[in-house]
Amino acid sequence: LVFTEEDKYALYSSLLFKYFLAEGIVCGHDLFVASAKEHPDNILKELPAPLLDDTSGKELGDEAAALKSEDFQDSMKIAWRYQNLPKMETSPASYTKFGHYYDVSKKMPPELIQSIKFHSFYLHEELSSQPKMKTCNMNDAYARLLQSLQRIISQGGFDGSDPQRKQKNVLRIGIQGLGSPLWGDDICCSDAPEDVHSLTKFLYVLRGLLRKSLSACIVTVPAHLIQNKAIMERVTNLSDLVVGLESFIGSERETNPLYKDYHGLVHVHQIPRLNSLICDVSDTKDLAFRLKRKLFTIE
Amino acid sequence: QGKFTLLRDTRTDGSFLVHHFLSFYLRAGCKVCFVALLQSFSHYSIVAQKLGVNLTAAKERGQLVFLEGLKSCLDLVFGEEEEQPGQPSPLQFLSESSCDLRALFDFVRASLSAPDSGAWKGPVLLVDDLSVLLSLGATPVAVLDFIHYCRVCLCSQL
Repeated sequence: LVFTEEDKYALYSSLLFKYFLAEGIVCGHDLFVASAKEHPDNILKELPAPLLDDTSGKELGDEAAALKSEDFQDSMKIAWRYQNLPKMETSPASYTKFGHYYDVSKKMPPELIQSIKFHSFYLHEELSSQPKMKTCNMNDAYARLLQSLQRIISQGGFDGSDPQRKQKNVLRIGIQGLGSPLWGDDICCSDAPEDVHSLTKFLYVLRGLLRKSLSACIVTVPAHLIQNKAIMERVTNLSDLVVGLESFIGSERETNPLYKDYHGLVHVHQIPRLNSLICDVSDTKDLAFRLKRKLFTIE
Repeated sequence: QGKFTLLRDTRTDGSFLVHHFLSFYLRAGCKVCFVALLQSFSHYSIVAQKLGVNLTAAKERGQLVFLEGLKSCLDLVFGEEEEQPGQPSPLQFLSESSCDLRALFDFVRASLSAPDSGAWKGPVLLVDDLSVLLSLGATPVAVLDFIHYCRVCLCSQL
């Protein structure tokens, strides 16, 4: 997923990033979180708590089984089928098959977090190791991240390299703020950056890793800072699902009466077309989001 | 025959045309070289099955030469063995500072001029898609050169 962070504060995109990770914990998946901005351990502490009451929360076992039985030969780059679906109905009951619901005002209990295997990549702690792979003129930070990812995928048996392993699990990967100067990339700094290709090369190798393993990945990118349109088009082409969030904070839309109940817009730029001839484009194209005290909704 | 077709989609998804042409030419009995950069083999294979064509069988009988870009890229980036001197990776340009697509063109030419090619009707080259080459650092000039060389190679064979 290439996920554009909205205008200034990256508030809402980091919320959706956390939802993705939280869903992974509730489903019992392994997590891999990479960031150059904040330590992944801190990100984990901020995850929303799941609502595990009778109607909306199925047993964790059921959910995990349902996901594993799908054909993950071609695992999607992102898995986007979860709690933000209710566009028309608000009652959770009818959507129990599609994931879980969360209470944004509460934090995920530590016992749940500890129940899964968690791999973290915090750039500033990784600077000592030498990447053994061919970096292909890619930015150093990206190369290290790929190296780390490839190691986890192969050691964890997510790519089927360990036939002894009976219990197959999914690896959920979250990468925050890719393309920002914190990763050593300059595509956000000018419209004629020196290193135009590092991000796209990274995404291509990442795509290859995801395709050959049982994993799904969410990437957030401060796209509003990338002035080079060609780069954004290539990034979109290399992703399966592309969603942009535009918040109303500080924009003229804030006072527009049409948007008074909402905090921003959701732009779906691309949907996945894996293993099928064409994708199913929904009729509803105008989506807006709002963050209430407990719930983040897209309508 | 002797045709160069460019598929271009703007704000929409034209990938169904790739699947169409792939199954169309395979069914017509042509020898096909498919440089598949964007998706994995199993994606194309599953869709081809829905269109009534079996890509694995086509590969086995030598009718289809399939370059799975994503896999080749991983082999190149994470592979530890040195490639044999006569067999550079078709995606060689990734690891070198020179961004020309010579190795890729050599791959295409070798695939379509293999000894058994006489058994099939006309050679067909499919590339999905060119923008991936640009994303991987090939210069626009290199991509144009690649297209040009491919056109000359394929059209002169007919």
